[in-house]
Amino acid sequence: MNLNDEEKAILAGEVGPIPRLCLEHQIAVGDFFGAEDFVPVTQAHIMADTESLGQAGVMWLEKLGAMQGGQHQVRIPTITDPRGTDFSKAGALRQGEWMVELERRAIDSFVKLGVSMTDTCINYQTIQAPTRGEHLAFGDTGVVIYSNSVCGARSNFEGGPSALAAGMTGRTPRYGFHLDAAREATVRIRTDFTPRTLNDWGALGGVVGRLAGNYWSVPVVEGLEAAPGSDALKHFGAAMASFGSIALFHLVGITPEAVRLEDVRGDRLPVAHRIGEAEVKALQSSYATDDEIDVVVFSAPQLSLYELRDLAALCDGRKLIRPMLAVTSPQIKPDADRMGITRRIEEAGGMVLSGMCFYQSYAREIAEANGWKRLATNSAKLVNILGGYGYVPMLASMERCVHAAETGRLS
Amino acid sequence: MNEIIARHAIGKTVRGTTLVAHDGFSARYDLDRIAGVFSRPAHKLVGQSYVGKILVLDTAKGGVASAWMLHEMASRSAVPLALVFNTVNPILAQGAAFGGLTMLAGFDEDITACVPHGALVEIDPVRKVLRIL
Repeated sequence: MNLNDEEKAILAGEVGPIPRLCLEHQIAVGDFFGAEDFVPVTQAHIMADTESLGQAGVMWLEKLGAMQGGQHQVRIPTITDPRGTDFSKAGALRQGEWMVELERRAIDSFVKLGVSMTDTCINYQTIQAPTRGEHLAFGDTGVVIYSNSVCGARSNFEGGPSALAAGMTGRTPRYGFHLDAAREATVRIRTDFTPRTLNDWGALGGVVGRLAGNYWSVPVVEGLEAAPGSDALKHFGAAMASFGSIALFHLVGITPEAVRLEDVRGDRLPVAHRIGEAEVKALQSSYATDDEIDVVVFSAPQLSLYELRDLAALCDGRKLIRPMLAVTSPQIKPDADRMGITRRIEEAGGMVLSGMCFYQSYAREIAEANGWKRLATNSAKLVNILGGYGYVPMLASMERCVHAAETGRLS
Repeated sequence: MNEIIARHAIGKTVRGTTLVAHDGFSARYDLDRIAGVFSRPAHKLVGQSYVGKILVLDTAKGGVASAWMLHEMASRSAVPLALVFNTVNPILAQGAAFGGLTMLAGFDEDITACVPHGALVEIDPVRKVLRIL
């Protein structure tokens, strides 16, 4: 890679051992993808729950935090994805004390490194939405795909170590979705189905993700009848990223880079796939393997204030007989508390958690501790993830999920 | 001896037995990392141990956690010996760089159709070559 004078100085250790270590990692990644140089970034977002880090990752962070000399804190705003627990609810989730302790150690290390513990995967709704053309180093695939597609910003998927490195150096290798050429559409999809519910939006995103196939594919979708809201696009993008590892999509006439099909060179592509309501419903019914459920989860991504408000309305006057978890961000939770939304959900028997995400919170261990296997959710992303954790996940609307928590059955 | 050239490579030269499937890979979605086996029911390698094997798969899938997870798995010596993909996403490249793993990606042909399941192969990242022995 071509390095400027500042980068050469970092590599020579003139800024300290931590930036040098970070830049060495970034150069290895940049070389792998043939990046010519670095691009400055304005924000970094780190996915770093301790189920992923393990002891080894936390010890690595502690070692980094203990390094002496030179720059030892991030140089651009650097924030975090959900933690592996909500400390106030760890007992209710039957998480082990070792999990909580590992989280505390990871948080201490991040704070020493100057990282802001926002603990959210919906930072584009709660912290600061990126702007068109802004170069970023964001982790969490849902955050990246929303920032790229809906905001028109520019980021690759940055895993935790790479996002932290970008926070330390203020730059990232210039490859992939930082480049104009990689942002052109590669697969053209037409749909005659405009979803109305979040689970349908997620399922549509999942179908598109499966068809598009890999990280370097950029689907352009035509045919939606109306502009979706932020929560709809949140579920749509998160599921597409989950099912297909997709980092960027375009919706003709809706997302900023595709005012017209030809803006993303979609006009040169044949229509490769047509998606109707049947395909969207088929994806959902493929998970419907059991009528009875053990637990209901609303998470992945964390819920917005509007989603929590809708959930509270569905809970009014009900008594739930199965555990129902609703997970939001630490920025939303105080508003939900203040407006009485949390109280309404919890009076019905639900639990509102913040700062974590269900699948990032030792999902396998809490399933065993609580006897949870059959799980209902309105998140297509969550059903795609949880099969590997030993769950039987099922996808349904928020309304049907609340009904399932009340009756123990999805039907 | 059959040599296959990749466009992207990282890590050190390794030699081992392959586990091949035309399927995706995500450390979070697909693996029971404690047991060291593929655990996603729909995965073509479900139930098989990946520890010490050279995985030859279609594409990297899913989330960003794999970058940390490969490092954690390597710390317990419960990690694949190498990863080989038709297409890779940045997370797996970042994870390989962070975890010290060997990886090849980007071929002119479908690599999962070129390499037999259970074959002894050598991966040379300097020359960006997979050699079937």
